[in-house]
Amino acid sequence: MKLTFLIACCVLFLGFPVAGFAQDTPEEAQPADSITTPIPAPPGNVTAWDTENDHGHSVSLSWEPSPDDGTGLGNVIGYIVFRSDSPDGPFVDRGVQPAGASGHTDVGSKEEASQDYMADYVDYYYKVRAITADSLVFAESVMVGPVQSYGQWFNTGRIPVLVFVLCFMAITIFFIQKAKSGANLFVRRLAGIEAVDEAIGRATEMGKPILYVLGLGTAADIATIASYTILGRVAKKIAEYQTGLIVPCYDPITMTVAQETVKTAYMDAGRPDAYNEDMVYFVTQSQFAYVAAVNGTMLRERPATNIYMGKFYAESLILAETGALAGSIQIAGTDEIAQIPFFVVACDYTLIGEELYAASAYLGREPLLLGSLKAQDYAKAAVIILAILGVIAMNVGLDGFKDLFYISN
Amino acid sequence: MKRSSIIIMLVVLAMFVISWLAKASSMAGVEDHNIWHGFLITFSAFLTLAILSFLYKDNPFYKFAEHLFVGVSAAYWMSMGFWTTIVGNLIPRISNSLSAFFEVPPIADEWALLLLPDSVTFFIPVILGIMLLLRLSRNMGWISAWPLAFIVGSTAGFNLVRYLRSDFIEQVSSTFVPLLVDWQGTGHFFSHLNLNASGQFVTMAGNWVIFLGVMCGLIYFFFSKEHKGIFGFGSRVGIWILMVTFGASFGYTVMGRISLLVGRLTFLFGDWLGLIS
Repeated sequence: MKLTFLIACCVLFLGFPVAGFAQDTPEEAQPADSITTPIPAPPGNVTAWDTENDHGHSVSLSWEPSPDDGTGLGNVIGYIVFRSDSPDGPFVDRGVQPAGASGHTDVGSKEEASQDYMADYVDYYYKVRAITADSLVFAESVMVGPVQSYGQWFNTGRIPVLVFVLCFMAITIFFIQKAKSGANLFVRRLAGIEAVDEAIGRATEMGKPILYVLGLGTAADIATIASYTILGRVAKKIAEYQTGLIVPCYDPITMTVAQETVKTAYMDAGRPDAYNEDMVYFVTQSQFAYVAAVNGTMLRERPATNIYMGKFYAESLILAETGALAGSIQIAGTDEIAQIPFFVVACDYTLIGEELYAASAYLGREPLLLGSLKAQDYAKAAVIILAILGVIAMNVGLDGFKDLFYISN
Repeated sequence: MKRSSIIIMLVVLAMFVISWLAKASSMAGVEDHNIWHGFLITFSAFLTLAILSFLYKDNPFYKFAEHLFVGVSAAYWMSMGFWTTIVGNLIPRISNSLSAFFEVPPIADEWALLLLPDSVTFFIPVILGIMLLLRLSRNMGWISAWPLAFIVGSTAGFNLVRYLRSDFIEQVSSTFVPLLVDWQGTGHFFSHLNLNASGQFVTMAGNWVIFLGVMCGLIYFFFSKEHKGIFGFGSRVGIWILMVTFGASFGYTVMGRISLLVGRLTFLFGDWLGLIS
């Protein structure tokens, strides 16, 4: 009797944990020594879909948090997302979310050589595991899948950009056609540009050259493109007056375009013979070396007029101060906000920001440029109206108006 | 050359040699190659002072430093352009044998433009680059207009969308600010008036400045109407706001420039003359 009781106790106290170990696998049920941590309920309603508006290699997931997350047993501390390319596994960890989370985006690399590579158009299977403070106590959702990732050609999150581009293009084309039809499009006076003719005349009377600096931008910068148009107008006037022109360039491609611009201007003025390729030359692509060279030119050649039009950086004040030292009349224009103050204090006339872009239209009165300028003005008017509407909407609680302008990455 | 100029040059040369020898001897026993390092530090100080001499007037020392700077920088950027662009970016994509010759690892297909491998598509910029170089030829210089048109046109196209998004649409939506923040009546407003940065008054004042500043700034840059009457008043307010902003930017930038000067002076008084540690 006593022996039977002893054997029964041994079976109870020894057999139970043995049975528990036999059943335990890393991905399945939990061992008996976690008896103090109850098993939580798994997250429910797990769904997986291809992440929208991306270049692929990404899957988004959502789930209902476990009933034991924050409530019930309250022992869920987070969620781990597992992925496999086969329903039978093996599943790999693809990210952790804290308690209370109900979604996750599994983003992989597009590089085949990367360890994190996630191929498109491949079936993936997902499971979401609710974890507790005890790493061996967890609950997994049912597996979902297959789901494939792929890129989208059209990003619907950027529709506001498309709408604005189309509207702006439509307005621009309208006003260009209007300008071409001979309509008189008014542009208000710009003091800095009206001074250009006066400055060229001054240089002609003094028999000194004009220095034109295109700035440090590349040939594709907007400010540099606007500067080309102004350079063309200035060069044409200079060709008519037979004044000298010096155009030191920072960028080789900018120099190439500037040479074409000046050459064309001389031809338009009927003075192709007066054009000299050495007028427009490359200096160096180092910022302060360029400035040192231009400063030297200013003090040696003593130009009567310095025109700075384009993109400038820290060298703006050095240029303007040296020009003032040399006694030149100076006209500047840039869209670099940080440099405008330096030009304002050191130059005689300054074109601020968009006045530089308007200057090219103002000087040439070409339909293409005038129409563009008018379109910009109407766009500004639209911005003013939208801003007033937006402020009214914010103040009456219509926050959805602002969401119309939201652009996703 | 004038006699005084020759004397000045000889004096500067003598001072250079004396400084070099003094610097080298002060570094002896502390580091190897002290004569060479002493020369480099003395030469750097000489070039710094030569550039700063421009503040007095143009002179041969400034001209020397200027031409040296221009020449070295032009050669440096040409070399950088070759090694980073041609060898670093082009060759590894188009030729494994050239990659081995230049000892750079080949780059696997990354772009797959038009479903063609990079080793084929990267010849497009090579051809455009050669067309651009034809500018040097009198007869075929016109060919360079095509890649120039491609560069200017494509970049303008990219920038249109980029700037429309960042500088236009997002700026417009950022202007949608509430002008009355946490409004609970004028009594509550005046009784809780304070200059707390996150307080009601400061937040409201900031929002009013943003709204009015944007409106008046846009009015200033409106070119289709004369700035007269109420429109002119808005334009004047706009330019005032712009000038206040420029003034603040000016002061901030001047501080940055002074810090650059401090760096140069630290080199002269510390590394060269050894007067400061």
